[in-house]
Amino acid sequence: MEDRLKEILSPFKTQRSDLIPVLQAVQHEYGYLPEQQMKGIAKFLGVPESQVYGVATFYAQFHFSPRGKNIIRMCRGTACHVKGVSKAADKIQEKLEIRVGETTPDLKFTYEEVACIGACGLAPVMMINDRTYGKLTPDKVKDIIDSYEETSEA
Amino acid sequence: MYDKQILICAGTGCISSGALDVKGSLEKELEKHNLQDKVRIILSGCHGFCEKGPIFIVYPEDIFYCGVTAEDMPELVEEYLVKGNIVDRLLYKDPITGESVTSHENIPFYRQQKRLVLRNCGVIDPENIDEYIIRDGYSGLKKSLQMDPKEIIDTVKNSGLRGLGGAGFPTGRKWETAYKIESDKKYVVCNADEGDPGAFMDRSVLEGDPHSVLEGLMIAGKAIGSDEAYVYVRAEYPLAVRRLRKAIAQAEEYGLLGENILNSGFNFKVNVKEGAGAFVCGESTALVISIEGKRGMPKPLPRPRTTEAGLWDKPTLLNNVKTLSVIPQIINNGADWFAGIGTEKCKGTAVFALTGKTNCSGLIEVPMGIKLGKIIHEIGGGIPGGKKFKAVQTGGPSGGCLPESKLDLAVDFDTLLQAGSMMGSGGMVVLDETTCMVDVARYFLNFTVEESCGQCTPCRSGTLQMLEILNDICEGNGREGDVELLLELGKSIIDSSICGLGKSAPNPVLSTIDYFRDEYEAHIKDKTCPALVCKNLIIYDIDQEACTGCGRCRKNCPAGAIAGDKKEPHVIDQEKCTKCAICYDLCPDRFSAVKCLTGEKITAMAKGGGN
Repeated sequence: MEDRLKEILSPFKTQRSDLIPVLQAVQHEYGYLPEQQMKGIAKFLGVPESQVYGVATFYAQFHFSPRGKNIIRMCRGTACHVKGVSKAADKIQEKLEIRVGETTPDLKFTYEEVACIGACGLAPVMMINDRTYGKLTPDKVKDIIDSYEETSEA
Repeated sequence: MYDKQILICAGTGCISSGALDVKGSLEKELEKHNLQDKVRIILSGCHGFCEKGPIFIVYPEDIFYCGVTAEDMPELVEEYLVKGNIVDRLLYKDPITGESVTSHENIPFYRQQKRLVLRNCGVIDPENIDEYIIRDGYSGLKKSLQMDPKEIIDTVKNSGLRGLGGAGFPTGRKWETAYKIESDKKYVVCNADEGDPGAFMDRSVLEGDPHSVLEGLMIAGKAIGSDEAYVYVRAEYPLAVRRLRKAIAQAEEYGLLGENILNSGFNFKVNVKEGAGAFVCGESTALVISIEGKRGMPKPLPRPRTTEAGLWDKPTLLNNVKTLSVIPQIINNGADWFAGIGTEKCKGTAVFALTGKTNCSGLIEVPMGIKLGKIIHEIGGGIPGGKKFKAVQTGGPSGGCLPESKLDLAVDFDTLLQAGSMMGSGGMVVLDETTCMVDVARYFLNFTVEESCGQCTPCRSGTLQMLEILNDICEGNGREGDVELLLELGKSIIDSSICGLGKSAPNPVLSTIDYFRDEYEAHIKDKTCPALVCKNLIIYDIDQEACTGCGRCRKNCPAGAIAGDKKEPHVIDQEKCTKCAICYDLCPDRFSAVKCLTGEKITAMAKGGGN
């Protein structure tokens, strides 16, 4: 097991109930769940690899390929839906030339859609990393993405 | 000693509207005027009025400013804090009369509310335990530590409190069951896996008043004989998770959590588990399995209740965030106090996330039994843009849509259920005449299909079949008999699914068929979408007489589908048009030349040779 993984696993006990927190911690560190690390997790917890994958694939939070530096989560909640979030969603996909679940080739952005962010008062909304942006319009979305393009180049 | 206190809302909504920039700018301005020792700034939890954020209240006068920005701070400090002149342009304006309102208590959005669960939200600094304690915090715990478990349970039972997670099961009865079962270990679990689209009540309570939830958990633990709790909270709520963890650390530091609490011999530990993004984990058995680190799939019947055999097969008391947060007040004020609010069968209050096509959206708390119309037209301030109310969706993907004829309904758990919807976790989305009811039903089915755990066939395949029929209808490929087929499928899914998610999944479709069948028929028989939403059933066209040839639509059309010379009427090439509606949105109101057409009007236009 590589040292980086060992360090991530060090605060955890080798008990089944820690599987989801372990997966969360590993993904937090690597940005996704690499195959080798999945094997390492199975060994560490003494759980068959098939079950580790079984759990990881069940939850929407986990990913198995490298992801962008900035994670865009577009809200597809009810309030956002009736307030026309699809126009903003189309704009992002058109601008970044990626579709739902995909990452730009330069690994700057990953675009995802989530059920509800819970900021319905500001619908339509999206999150980029931990920051929430509300009252989106196609133009506003364009400006927000541009601001991230600039900062990540700087 | 401070002369004034300024509360800046630091809920997720207001932070995304720039609340932290406001705070930074305010601090600078206060220093400039040497007021930093006279004015205290408090970052509070959610005030509920997210749409008008950032919210900025000055006490002791209670002046309510909204939609403030960092740029407003020099003026606000100079004019109000230094000279004492109210800055009118930043006050709340009544959407109907246009008049300014100074105090938040006079704003209709707040005036009709009764805040119990949200008592501290927006009032205290949620990251400071002392502010919670000053407002009687942890005195419910203290009292309960001197009470006999049976006495606590009787108080909760007599209060009439029913689970605010949506199903409305009597809380006291659940506690009693958990108390009576003998076991070496019992757990209390707080369900904060608020996955319903359109709901953010639990998030706001955790962000705005996390200690109330902890106190509720401890009282529950004392009552049933448990020493350990789990809070299962969505990972999508990073601020809520952070504030909850901070609250736990503070309570431990104060000796209010941990070993031998307040020298009573009572021990209690609270763990936080972050959910990993699965709607079905809001279901009790699935939630428990997920905490155990497995795939969160509901257990099929027959099975013991979670209260009897839950987490690691131990008796587990599962309550929602809001239910737990109101418990300390019930212990403090007594059962009669709580039972005096609400209706005969539903006591207390209901918390809703009022959103959608409403003038004032945000988080509200109202007494049970309030009229639905009062919520929408008085608290919500009606429908924006002079549009007509069409329906209100409650209960999220398990609920239904209620039409105008139901606005007289006295809202509680039972009346909503009878009307074909449900309280659910409290989402309340207002829909106006520009919302297509078939599209809304399709939206919810799409959600359920995505979130079905896949364990049982009726839910996994049945909802997919329903979705495909709805897709056909929205795309203009609906066939005679589709509505009947949807009804039949819906009924069998309800009858045969394993868990509550599957059993309620057809509700959005069934309730819209019930109240808006004519819209389904219009899509199927006339191939029209009366609300002008379904893309395959509408076209955009330019009224040749109204168009002045300003060129705005032509320049902005992403498909290059609009042609026309300067100052000459423009034309849309229907072959190229992607129906993105940008031209429709951009055409200046004084011309309103771009029209959206459906059904017979399209045929008429085609015959007229492109108008």
